[in-house]
Amino acid sequence: MTALTALLVRDMRIAVRVGGGALIGVLFFLVVVTLTPFAIGPDLALLKRIGPAILWLAALLASLLALDRLFAGDRDDGSLDLILMGRAPLELVVAVKGLAHWLTTGLPLVICAPLIGLLLNLDLPAEGALMLTLFVGTPALTFIGLIGAAIAATLRRGGLLLAIIVLPLTVPILIFGVAAANAAIVGPTPFGTPFTILCALTLASLVVGPFAAAAALRQEME
Amino acid sequence: MRLIAVELACHRGGRDVFAGVNFAVASGEALIITGRNGAGKSSLLRTVTGLVRLAAGRLDLEGGNPELSIAEQAHYLGHQDALKGSLSVAENLRFWAGFFGGSDDVAEALDAVGLGAVADLPAAYLSAGQRRRLSIARLVAAPRPLWLLDEPTSTLDVAAQNRLAELMGTHLAGGGLILAASHGPIGLGNAQELRLDREAAA
Repeated sequence: MTALTALLVRDMRIAVRVGGGALIGVLFFLVVVTLTPFAIGPDLALLKRIGPAILWLAALLASLLALDRLFAGDRDDGSLDLILMGRAPLELVVAVKGLAHWLTTGLPLVICAPLIGLLLNLDLPAEGALMLTLFVGTPALTFIGLIGAAIAATLRRGGLLLAIIVLPLTVPILIFGVAAANAAIVGPTPFGTPFTILCALTLASLVVGPFAAAAALRQEME
Repeated sequence: MRLIAVELACHRGGRDVFAGVNFAVASGEALIITGRNGAGKSSLLRTVTGLVRLAAGRLDLEGGNPELSIAEQAHYLGHQDALKGSLSVAENLRFWAGFFGGSDDVAEALDAVGLGAVADLPAAYLSAGQRRRLSIARLVAAPRPLWLLDEPTSTLDVAAQNRLAELMGTHLAGGGLILAASHGPIGLGNAQELRLDREAAA
């Protein structure tokens, strides 16, 4: 087993065990989306119009939940020291940790979205479009979140700081994610335009996130 | 293989921790670093791991792999155990063995530290001494020539200390190097001693 596979397997195991973050993220997502119709009332047209935005906001906050422990946990128990002594490049290590986080937190949200979309009066094509935008957009949330997680790793109670650092950076993803989903549901702009930009944002974050997070971790180890 | 340190100095938190430290350790040799609390024993080990930057001086591993840094050829046993409570004993060890390029089969390493019987127990249920032994098993599961041990015998009972001494003996006999920080004897007969004193730093 290579170093990076070992890390992926271990991080995913920790996430799905008791006390890991995977289940909490999904539950948070479900609770927020479920409460929305109760707060707004049975206005089906309104729910349909704001449904994608609600789902996207919930997904954004849910994927932040487990992020603050991503590096802080490894730092607290000394694992980070040893990881830095490994032969795998830190950028790849960070990317693999991000991948494990997305597979255990982001992907379950994508899978849950259609089920929970029923509560917001979304029809089948709308749910397909929404699922697709979440599938493309949630990796970007995780990989941008890596930067904040790395910066917050050394600080006690860095969770709040993490949200303050990360949330502004996720605004473009939120805008184009919701825009693409809405375009597919109500129009009039074509789905392709915002969706392509969303894809571009994700690809960029897949590159920038690991490099920036690795740089932050190196700086902090001093 | 020879680890050579020339005029090492370390500067942390706005003060000099130590300066002018020289030593040389060859294959099959051990160096025990002694000194009172705060003398910089742990900092010295961490500078060798590269986790703390050297303020001055030079560290070379002669005869090592030139493609790799010293840290990448070393095992570090620090005060923290680097274990995840939600993973089982075997899973914890298998991860570190895999991460450091060792084999997937960790049964032998677990037996070497006497934890074979609790392999499937979550690490959260281990005692302090057992956690320490599980960390030590990491050194056995993935071979690396240089061992950096910070107070390796703390929390270990007498039997486990003897077992550790045996493991260290085997490592040295196989051409390994050991740097250990300790207050007491750790069961290495003919080790050199490096005493870190505040006077030396001044």
